[in-house]
Amino acid sequence: MLNTVDLFEDDRPAGSDGADQMGHLVTGELDLSHGVALYLEDITVSFDGFKALNNLSLAINAGELRCIIGPNGAGKTTMMDVITGKTRPDSGKAYFGQSIDLTRLSEPEIAHVGIGRKFQKPTIFEQHTVFENLELAMKTDKRVWKSLMAWLAGDERDRIAETLRMIRLDKEADRPAGLLSHGQKQWLEIGMLLMQEPKLLLLDEPVAGMTDDETMRTAELFVSLAGKHSLVVVEHDMAFVEKLGGLVTVLHEGSVLAEGDLATVQNDQRVIEVYLGR
Amino acid sequence: MRKPLTIRILSALDKKSWLALGIFLALALVVVPVLHLNFPEDSALHVSTYAITLIGKIMCYALVAVAMDLIWGYGGILSLGHGLFFALGGYAFGMYLMRQIGRDGSYGADLPDFMVFLDWKELPWFWVGSDSFGWVAFLVMAVPALVAFVFGYFAFRSRIKGVYFSIITQALTYAAMLLFFRNETGFGGNNGFTDFKRVLGYTITSSETRLVLFGLTAVMLAVTLVFSAWLVKSKFGRVLTAIRDAESRVMFIGYNPLWYKLTIWVISAVLCGIAGALYVPQVGIINPSEMSPGNSIEIAIWVAVGGRGTLIGPVIGAFVVNLAKSWFTVSFPEYWLFFLGLLFIVVTLMLPQGLVGLWKKLMAKKGAEAC
Repeated sequence: MLNTVDLFEDDRPAGSDGADQMGHLVTGELDLSHGVALYLEDITVSFDGFKALNNLSLAINAGELRCIIGPNGAGKTTMMDVITGKTRPDSGKAYFGQSIDLTRLSEPEIAHVGIGRKFQKPTIFEQHTVFENLELAMKTDKRVWKSLMAWLAGDERDRIAETLRMIRLDKEADRPAGLLSHGQKQWLEIGMLLMQEPKLLLLDEPVAGMTDDETMRTAELFVSLAGKHSLVVVEHDMAFVEKLGGLVTVLHEGSVLAEGDLATVQNDQRVIEVYLGR
Repeated sequence: MRKPLTIRILSALDKKSWLALGIFLALALVVVPVLHLNFPEDSALHVSTYAITLIGKIMCYALVAVAMDLIWGYGGILSLGHGLFFALGGYAFGMYLMRQIGRDGSYGADLPDFMVFLDWKELPWFWVGSDSFGWVAFLVMAVPALVAFVFGYFAFRSRIKGVYFSIITQALTYAAMLLFFRNETGFGGNNGFTDFKRVLGYTITSSETRLVLFGLTAVMLAVTLVFSAWLVKSKFGRVLTAIRDAESRVMFIGYNPLWYKLTIWVISAVLCGIAGALYVPQVGIINPSEMSPGNSIEIAIWVAVGGRGTLIGPVIGAFVVNLAKSWFTVSFPEYWLFFLGLLFIVVTLMLPQGLVGLWKKLMAKKGAEAC
């Protein structure tokens, strides 16, 4: 029988051959040796004949901050669903690092290998306190028995306190999360993502409903996270996208229409057509 | 720093709750036995056998209600088939009680009467070992656990939720009822098990045996309440309520809801099985009607009336509804189902938090007026 651990330690040859061999392996260490954090190739997803994603290919480098824009129905959320295991593609490849085949993992497994996701609509645990929300999200052994016996250690409390300060909710720690303002809920969800210590963060419209001030603070936070983490941000707010800098990918009808920095993309004739209508 | 488990369990309840629990146990283990045994039947202080059997029975129901609260109130999964687990526990212990009859049955045979009636010559394989108290005590927990595990694994893995899950559990208990109605199934057909004589060699109808069963039920109810309080206050409990409120978020932060749901589902089923086993010797009969869909719906009503997600609410609900039931079925038997239906509508519309919620509201109002 093949020893899977040996396979991971092998210096595998680069190229599609190697990736195919690894296809059957479902879990493993994140391998960023080639500088690519997320790799999507020819992903197609159709719902009752409608192609939500149409031969979508996309590569995100390790430590990169990438913005995805595009009109409604361009496939942005479906793309995130594919990456996080919520939707299975009809065809195509989705790799996290060099070796982790995302199309074969379940949602909790994908969370464990290091992908965190923020939803378009803030989804937090409204009945739990802000503190408990972060506690539940914290990177730790998440099996049943461990949860039964779990008791917060001092350093874990410190980490939660640190995150609370970062998302400016330290004064709200003991309030039920359902009582927070919309912007605060967005921040809490971002805080929950950070507690997971993910390598790749997927953020679906993270600043919707935030004040301008909150939006700018969020941009600063994301820029400071890039480098250590890879970030994929879906956003409509162009001022926010501009503030983030970095490459912008434009999606249209399920595939990539244009890619480049914001100024280039904004002057692209096809992009203007798509946004302004034909 | 890790705290020892005993301290964590102690901190599961606050001081008031521990005190209430202590008073409850003192009443059940000391006061009731003394009043029953030491006062003549015509004394005003005498607690009758009828009262002991009734309260003992309702405590078994309360145990089921707490089990239901764990899965419905905290897990957000409405089971309308919990009567099945209760009946399975009851049947498992009933097997032992049938074997304890020995040769004192109507036919004076080694086999239980219904088997003689069916002209069976030996015990079916699943009755082997049913004369051993230890083995049967194991079955009381293991059979509901196994059924719950297998059913729950496939249901939760397929992500069956909400009303679909409720309907399937109704079908499950109904199917089991039809199975147990058949004589060939080997559990006494529609008569079930009855005419018990002894438990562990003691006469089952004697005052002392009744009091011991009554006391055991009270202790089991108290232990279950403490265990459940610890469970829902642990991180496990917080994950469980998080699954109830936002399951997809729970998955994306790396918990697998399947195992969490399955764990609480199996625990709930085991508690029901134990309740069933305590119920059968006190009531003296178990038959397939315990698995009828209506019974399981009634369990949900107890929890709703008391207040779900509160643990103590379901206990109160089980007592209120069943005391009302035993009064109604004597005074106006034909109106009981109308009353039950009305109660459910009133509670759902006006008291979404049940009696406990009403109490809390009144207290808050009183507190506001005092200020």
